[in-house]
Formats: sequence, structure tokens, C-alpha cells
Amino acid sequence: MSARALRQGAPVLHSRILGIGGERGSRAVTNDEVAGPIDSSDEWIRQRTGIVTRRRATDDVEVLDLAEAAARRAMDAAGVTGAEIDTIILSTITYYHQTPSGAAVLADRLGASPAAAYDISAACAGYAYGVGQADALVRAGAARHVLVIGAEKLSDIIDPTDRSISFLLGDGAGAVVVGPSDTPGIGPTVWGSDGSRSQAIRQTHSWKELRQDPDLGWPTLRQDGPTVFKWASFQMAPVAAKAMAEAGVEPQDIQVFAPHQANMRIIDQMVKQLGLPEHVVVARDIAETGNTSAASIPLALDRLLAEGQARSGDLALQIGFGAGLVYAAQVVVLP
Amino acid sequence: MAHTSSEILDGLAEIVAEETGLPTDTVTAEKSFTDDLDIDSLSMMTIVTHAEDKFGVRIPDDEVKNLTTVGDAVTYIEGAQS
Repeated sequence: MSARALRQGAPVLHSRILGIGGERGSRAVTNDEVAGPIDSSDEWIRQRTGIVTRRRATDDVEVLDLAEAAARRAMDAAGVTGAEIDTIILSTITYYHQTPSGAAVLADRLGASPAAAYDISAACAGYAYGVGQADALVRAGAARHVLVIGAEKLSDIIDPTDRSISFLLGDGAGAVVVGPSDTPGIGPTVWGSDGSRSQAIRQTHSWKELRQDPDLGWPTLRQDGPTVFKWASFQMAPVAAKAMAEAGVEPQDIQVFAPHQANMRIIDQMVKQLGLPEHVVVARDIAETGNTSAASIPLALDRLLAEGQARSGDLALQIGFGAGLVYAAQVVVLP
Repeated sequence: MAHTSSEILDGLAEIVAEETGLPTDTVTAEKSFTDDLDIDSLSMMTIVTHAEDKFGVRIPDDEVKNLTTVGDAVTYIEGAQS
């Protein structure tokens, strides 16, 4: 009997983002509405965060509803049907099932079964983590069309009396379809983690602790704001710079900078640290949408494209960073 | 080489002026960062980061809340150099 040679999947040379779509919570929540329980004001919130409104979903809307709407728009923009999607990566921290994954449920809802489907937990870096995985899967030949979705209904895990993070947060979903390309469309992903600072952005207590002591109440989010500000503003700029260097581009080659929409002060400081030229369009969707964690970058890009501030073919530097701590950055060609 | 306290004060004044737009001569040792100079917690972190770079010291995040006045920061940086 002759030995058969093992065959491995055939790689493809390049990948790119084929389409972007977004869905925001339907309700614009003003600073005045959230200021009362934290003894704050519209002026204080604007000055500290740059947020004017945050978008939140109504009670009857679940995180997968937001994800599905964003995914359908991304698929339409990409010209790809559910049947053509063979992998779905969903990043969320607000889908309350340990199992099955939200991605598997979404695959069925989108007509994408039997696509490979799984959830990832990378908080505000989740979209950029997902794009990094999708790029690798497509180029390795392990997938042809990967749907990457960042979806959050963060209003489910806020404490209205918390002054650290709750007032920043909004609900939304952003999605991209990543597929094969004749030309380079996604630069190398620079990513990492620092679990020594796992408490800098955290859930107040675990689900298991809640089960053991129901008096603890529903867990909500907290952050050490100044610590996170310092980390994000000064340690993430070098990560973004490395993503440009690994992609072989300089700041003057970039048309769009789309950092995670955490806080306008962080965005401003990163722009300064990176020395981005005047012509670079900086995503500032946080002013109207708030911080939507994994959804914030694709939502911001979707807005820039819809408003004509960014165009197909533009080079965009994107960087996600958040609870973990985790981060990921890459340079992409906009669809 | 270690910086003297007066060099640290001058350097810190430049950093604070850059961040806040205040003239350097208003940044004196007895001034409170929050009450007198109107510096919020996020601007304070920016100032701390630039001070760390300028003076080659590490100021832990937990320590920052103890730096009430400009003089407190000068004393901390002076001690952290050695």
C-alpha cells in the first residue's frame, strides 16, 4: 500500500475588508439624562469625555438583534450572501450565555449555516482581534468570507450611580466581511495583552459570586479612569505606530485614523503622540454614539464612509484597546 | 545626573504650562494641582507621564493621588531619582 501525502489548505496571497455595516441603539441619551445619579453635569461630561449623547437600545432589543442588523448591512455592502459566509466571529461581552455561542445563533439567523461560528472575548479590542483572525484565516485558505462582528448592549451592565465608566457607554454593533483580494488590504496585526492589569477595567463580581450571594446584585462595569487614560493615551500610540511600521507605511500615507472610541481626550492625545499629519481624518463618532466597546471602530468607519469623510481605497489605521488589558492594531484599506 | 529641586520645579512648570496653557511663573510649589491650577485627573496623568520621561523616574498610578501640590510632586520626583 502506497503512503499518501498529506495535503494542506492552499493559501491565498491577500485579504481585504469587502464591506462594513453598523447599527446603533435607537435612542440618543443626553448627558443631562445620565448626569443626575452621578451628581455631574453636561459640561463636566463633555469636558472629560467629549461625549454629547450616547446611543442606547430599547429594552426589547437584544445584542444579537444589533449584531444581525450590522451584519446584514456589511454583507449587503460586500455583495456577499449568507450562503457565501463560511466563518463568523462575534466579539461581545454582553451575550449572557456561556454556551452556545452567539455567533452560531447568528449564523442560522443570517442564512450562513453551516459556517464555522464562534465568540471571542476581547472587550474593546474585539473587532481588531477579529479582523486579525479573519485576515489570517482567509490568507491561510481556512476561510473564504469571514464575517467579523463587534456587538454590545452595554446598557445591560451599567450602574447609573457609577462615576467611572457607565456614563460613557452606549449600545451598537459594527461588522465587516473579510475576503480574498488581488491586492494587499490588511496589514499585519500588532496585538497583545497585559493581564497584570486585569482589574483596571472590570466586572464588579463574577456570575458565580452572584449565585453564591444574590444580595450582590447584577454585576456592572468599573474602571480606574486615570490609569486607563494613561495606558491608552501613551502606551497605545506606540502600538499603532508599530502597526504602521509593520505595514510599511508612514503617518503621511494614512488617510483615516480610527481608534477605539473610548474617550475624546484619549483620541486627542493619541493623535498628538502619533504625530499624525493634518490631512488625516480622525474618527470622533464617540461624540454622538458614546463608547460601544467592540462595535466602536466599525461604527466610526461606517459613519466616515457614509458621510463622505472617508472613501473606498483610503488607508485607515485602526486600534482597539480595553479590558484585559488587551489591544490590537492594523492598517486596512477601506472598502 | 540627579536634578535639583529647583530644576525639577522649573521642568514641571514647563510641563504644566504645555498641558494647561498657564504661564510657567504661575506654577509654584505651594499651588494645588486641582484647586489652584484647575487640573483634572486626566490632565494630571498626562503631566505625570511627561514628568516621568523628563526626569527618568517612575511615578506609580496609586501615588498620583497623593501629589496634591506642585511641591509634593517635586519632592516625590527628587526622592525617586536616587
